[in-house]
Amino acid sequence: MSHYYEENDLERFSEIGKHRPELFDYFMNYYQGVMAAGALTVREKALMALAVAHAVQCPYCIDAYTRAALSAGSNMEEMTEAMHVAAVIRGGATLIHGIQVHNTVEKITI
Amino acid sequence: MVPFARKLAQLGFPDLTAEAVNTLQVNLGWRCNQACRHCHLAAGPDRPEQMGQAAIDAVIDAVARWSIPVVDLTGGSPEINPHFEYLVQRLSQLDVHLLVRCNLTILLEPDHEHLPEFFRDHRVELVCSLPYFQKDPVDRLRGPGVFRKSLEALRRLNRLGYGREDSNLELHLMYNPAGAYLPPDQGPLEDRFQQELKKRYDIDFNRLYTLLNMPIGRFKEYLEKSSNYERYMGKLAAGFNPDIVSALMCRNLISVSWEGRLFDCDFNQALNLPLAAGLPQTIWDFDLPALSHRPINLGDHCYGCTAAAGSSCGGCLMKKG
Repeated sequence: MSHYYEENDLERFSEIGKHRPELFDYFMNYYQGVMAAGALTVREKALMALAVAHAVQCPYCIDAYTRAALSAGSNMEEMTEAMHVAAVIRGGATLIHGIQVHNTVEKITI
Repeated sequence: MVPFARKLAQLGFPDLTAEAVNTLQVNLGWRCNQACRHCHLAAGPDRPEQMGQAAIDAVIDAVARWSIPVVDLTGGSPEINPHFEYLVQRLSQLDVHLLVRCNLTILLEPDHEHLPEFFRDHRVELVCSLPYFQKDPVDRLRGPGVFRKSLEALRRLNRLGYGREDSNLELHLMYNPAGAYLPPDQGPLEDRFQQELKKRYDIDFNRLYTLLNMPIGRFKEYLEKSSNYERYMGKLAAGFNPDIVSALMCRNLISVSWEGRLFDCDFNQALNLPLAAGLPQTIWDFDLPALSHRPINLGDHCYGCTAAAGSSCGGCLMKKG
């Protein structure tokens, strides 16, 4: 193992089911049900997954959902907007904590 | 990766055989005014291969003699062949459904600008390449300026009634991925193409067909150079769908090369993988009973037609709804 993250490890995901396989099966059934077309299209779900992948900064997921989004007919415009959605929600989540700063300053200063 | 033929045998298809020859797909030559990066034939402007008059006449004779219902003209750019219009005129006099695979930009080239009217007058069904509704993926795949020219050609076809409702002039678009990934589901993508092309460019068409990029020819070179080959082949093999084996296009089609040789499909033609030994090998000795139930010559590229929803020159093989 030369790196913590190896590209080929993505294809080994099913090895997680080596121990307690029934738990992995629960996950996969849930995953497949969630990601199938429903009220949202497969393309929309792939874009949401791509945004989440950026938010949680998972290189496996970014690789997988870039491919999934393209395979679902998406394009660079849509994927870039998805990245920006992740960025602004993360940024907003940082900034909203600034209210705690205000509150604390309010509480302890004259 | 398990070899494709063994994979089929494991699933109980020891020999994949044809069930009929309903379509004669005629490759008029590998010359093309474009040099697309995914082309399985590595077609382009400098390719010399062109079907000659003798083979053209043999095609007409075979279609007439055996009453083949569908003739599918492809290339390269089939319109570049100097005998193209002669062939269309002769075939249109027969009771045959005639389909031309058009790259669109050829319709703007000098000496070919009259072709939209020619197609209309001979009631030709058109299957036109347009891999996306945005400029960047199209121009990267098919060459600079191709997207703009394709839109102009589509507008000309629309003005003649092609792709318009109730015109009976069929205009279909062909999507293929702009890289090493599989095509989307055909239905939702067709809806998007309809919406986007109408909204952005006021362009109409009838159906969208999705086609997977075959891991051969120029596309294979790209896969190897970009270190995508193994992963792409793995994806095709992992996506093998036994439910669409019976619908594979080679079971109902024969491909004729520019030399007049017969193949199970255009991809086998690109690989010079001939029909099984003992079968008629050229258009001059075309024999429908001998070819209708022939064993099909397989290779690992066949995983490209059996992956996921399946792929063919007529779009995905898994029909929904």
